[in-house]
Amino acid sequence: MNIERAALAPPLKIQQPRTTNHGSRTTISEDALLGEGILKGMAETAKNFFLSYVSKERLTTVEYPEQRIPTVEAARVFPFLVYDGVDWEAGLRCVACQICEKECPPKCIYIDKSKDKKPDYVGKQQFYPTRFDIDISVCMSCQICVEVCPFEAIKMDTEFELATDDRFGGLLYDRKQLARSNEYYHSIHPTEASEVDARLGEEKAKVEAKARAAAEAAAAKAAAPPAPPAGGGS
Amino acid sequence: MATSPLFTDLDQIFIILRNWLVGFLPAALRPATGIVLEVIAIVCVFPGLFALTTVFERKGLGRIQNRLGPNRVGPYGLFQPIADGIKAIIKEDIVPFSANAVVHFLAPLSLVVAVFMEFAVLPMGRNMVLVDLDAGLLFFFSMSVSTELSVFMAGWSSRNKYSLLGAMRAVAQMISYEVVLLLSSVSVVMIAGSLSLPKIVDAQNSYTGIFPHWYIFTPWGLAGFVMYAIAATAETNRSPFDLPEGESELVAGYHTEYSGFKFALFFLGEYLAMFSISGLGTTLFLGGWSAPFSFLTFVPSWIWFFSKVMMSIFVFIWMRGTLPRLRQDQLMNFAWKFCLPYTLLNLIVTALWHFMGEGWMRWVVCTAILVAVYVFMGRVEMRSEHFGPRRYRYAE
Amino acid sequence: MSPTETKTEKIDGWNRPPVIAPDGEGELLEVAMGPHHPSTHGVFRMDLALDGERVVRLKPVFGYLHRNHEKIAEQASYLASMPYTDRLDYICSLTNNWAYALAVEKLVAQQVPERAEYIRVILGELTRIQNHASSIGFLIQEMGASGTPLMYAFKEREKILDLFESLTGSRMMCNYMRFGGCRVDVSAAWLDATRKVVAGLPQFVDEFETLLSSNEILMARCQGVGILKPDLAVNAGVTGPMLRASGVDYDIRKVDRYGIYDRFKFRVPLGDHGDVYDRYMVRILEMRESIRIVEQALKEIPGGPIMDPKAKIRGFRPKPGEAYGRIEAPKGELGFYLISDGGPNPYRYRVRPPSLINLTVLEDMCLGSNVADVVLIFGSVDIVLGEVDR
Repeated sequence: MNIERAALAPPLKIQQPRTTNHGSRTTISEDALLGEGILKGMAETAKNFFLSYVSKERLTTVEYPEQRIPTVEAARVFPFLVYDGVDWEAGLRCVACQICEKECPPKCIYIDKSKDKKPDYVGKQQFYPTRFDIDISVCMSCQICVEVCPFEAIKMDTEFELATDDRFGGLLYDRKQLARSNEYYHSIHPTEASEVDARLGEEKAKVEAKARAAAEAAAAKAAAPPAPPAGGGS
Repeated sequence: MATSPLFTDLDQIFIILRNWLVGFLPAALRPATGIVLEVIAIVCVFPGLFALTTVFERKGLGRIQNRLGPNRVGPYGLFQPIADGIKAIIKEDIVPFSANAVVHFLAPLSLVVAVFMEFAVLPMGRNMVLVDLDAGLLFFFSMSVSTELSVFMAGWSSRNKYSLLGAMRAVAQMISYEVVLLLSSVSVVMIAGSLSLPKIVDAQNSYTGIFPHWYIFTPWGLAGFVMYAIAATAETNRSPFDLPEGESELVAGYHTEYSGFKFALFFLGEYLAMFSISGLGTTLFLGGWSAPFSFLTFVPSWIWFFSKVMMSIFVFIWMRGTLPRLRQDQLMNFAWKFCLPYTLLNLIVTALWHFMGEGWMRWVVCTAILVAVYVFMGRVEMRSEHFGPRRYRYAE
Repeated sequence: MSPTETKTEKIDGWNRPPVIAPDGEGELLEVAMGPHHPSTHGVFRMDLALDGERVVRLKPVFGYLHRNHEKIAEQASYLASMPYTDRLDYICSLTNNWAYALAVEKLVAQQVPERAEYIRVILGELTRIQNHASSIGFLIQEMGASGTPLMYAFKEREKILDLFESLTGSRMMCNYMRFGGCRVDVSAAWLDATRKVVAGLPQFVDEFETLLSSNEILMARCQGVGILKPDLAVNAGVTGPMLRASGVDYDIRKVDRYGIYDRFKFRVPLGDHGDVYDRYMVRILEMRESIRIVEQALKEIPGGPIMDPKAKIRGFRPKPGEAYGRIEAPKGELGFYLISDGGPNPYRYRVRPPSLINLTVLEDMCLGSNVADVVLIFGSVDIVLGEVDR
């Protein structure tokens, strides 16, 4: 295939750039011997050879799987669902709001909302997911689902040795496989988990305070002498 | 040198062993059996060294690159060649349909046979040469040139235009550097006065004080050794002259169409050629089996020979790990325009050395000529090829 | 134009490179180099026509890695495109993120707080350093040094990638910049670790240069090979180190002064000849300049928020309009052109890939040179197929 170059506009005049030789450098001195550069290079590699027996800096191999590099706290591999307490179904924080499903770039989350409700960590009735599947062969570990979740329900795991030889569904994780306890979350992301717990604790405290205030107001109202009926009871 | 009988025995231990084994046979059969035993020894020792060298090369390159080499098969990876050997043997032997089957089969064989013949004249220790030919050096070079024939046979028989191109390039490179190799050895012959390799070693086997009379410690010997080393690297197709077998090039090389055991034979042939050329370099310039200091002569001579050869191999591996390859035309340019004139000059300087007689004068004159010409030719080479150091500027 | 004709055309005094006619009656050897080839940096094919050893015609064929990035972006929201931009030039994911964030911030006239700008500069320059180191390593690897400089470059790159991992969670697909700032704040411990890594970098560049820059074989292979004239470079739209190696002073960090680059003192190295050696040296000198920038940024980084508190995150619907945001990516000018029609997805999302535009002059540089040099010239353009094909 021949590509004809289209007739172009008159070429730009290139101005010679104003330059300074201040700080210019030669690679080697101009009267070096032929072969001097090669010998310097060979000295460099010899230095690396001998130092590799002595310093850790010069031998950076980590012989996996006998030796492993510890994972950093911020690492993210694939998502998991957090549950509080011992029972994963009752303690699952997810309320099936489906925001992560909408925001997921490759659309690898599949959620089915329940018809009934169950109480969440502050006692409010919420929906829950009857199906929460993540296809980890599609997931690209971008963490957007974690960022947009308003309920601190989905977080990133650091487990990566997940290879399986089951071609048909081995990499499609359902909600039972995805559910992990809050203690596990503390073990892999301690700082984050503590912050989340602090925030949720505050929320819970606020709700409880409001509930107590409402209860006191109701009790005060009940303890006050009954007002004369004014066309209809309370 | 007067040494205790223990060390003399240790030095001659292989001779003693051979004589003892041969003693079981009647007198008529003894010489033939002796030679057969020596041949068997060579055929076992050098391929064994080849196996070790493949591991050391991979581990050495690894350490240069700040990583470990193979270390899973056996302790420190030393059984890796066994694994590689098994792999080479059980691989399917593919012969292209339109290839000339006879020549295709003979090419690796002829390479290996020619290279083994080269070991016949190398003196590996005191009294330890297989055949003491008067024209040993000539025999060595004639065998070394035969290897080029097998390279061409390999490329031609494959009926593959890329292999043929690769083979022609390899042969052109080897022929050009053969000239340099020969001429640098001629200086040694001029001074030693003989083509027989044991006699060349004997000529270097004397000491002034503690320092030996190796030819590398003379100005013409050092220049000759450097040229010999460059030519030897090019002869055995090692980096930086390994364009014929470079994998990132388009033309894949003369041994593309070989698989399995035949490819292993090519590999073996190349490494054995490395050993034999290092052996010859040791014999000519590094004093063969003689000890580096006069107080070390109690160490057996064959230990010195093999350590010098292994050190040369180490330098080959070191160069491979450091230097990028030269392009084909630059390689040939370098041979004909730089190495050959310098080697011819070295011949003249050698003659000057011989005729100036003993004394400090000949050292000064020869060294001055060689150094001055090297510097001058280096500048000319860099300027004519338009390469050299550069200045860089920054925008304002 | 058939290859048997010789044509040298002069258009307004500007020479087009001549189509070299083969001499003799030998036919041309037509070879396809790639897409499976150890030195084509990914799936890329070059259809070469050779006359003996010289290249007479070269047609690059790409598209093997096309992944519909721009079409996907039309259906995904603005935020959801951010992780996809990581995967464009997959070696330099942070600069891709930055260019996209810049384009969107221009679209909605979003301000970015100072601390976030400093973090962006630090991460962008670290990306530049590791990209140039790997690129030089791959170039020398193709020359046959059995990978030694590549391993040294990767040793340093590992340190920088460890820094990225401890900050963003991932070594290569960082997904870190957001519209209006950065996703996660840097800690003092991270800044200390960065200072330590940066303190070791000048020694690495020195060792690299000792091994390579004065090596005669390298000079012989690279000098005079693959020359790109400055007028051709400018008129073909070549940008980045390739352009500066040809002698044209154009660095977007100095021209646009995006972000806070006008606060840092750094120089722009230029080459004289435009050959492979100049491109290699310009990258080494740029690495040194980047180290200086990172050191200055680490000294001056202020406190404060990393995300503009007025930035809109949920329900992000920019008003109808268009914007083009560009940065000096390590490979050249990386630009994002966005047209918004008021909805949550862009109407048109276009990436200006520097690798692709730099590749258009490959034929001009390779004509008349050896096959062995084609591999070198191609390596010196420094492309990543993810960007070329998107």
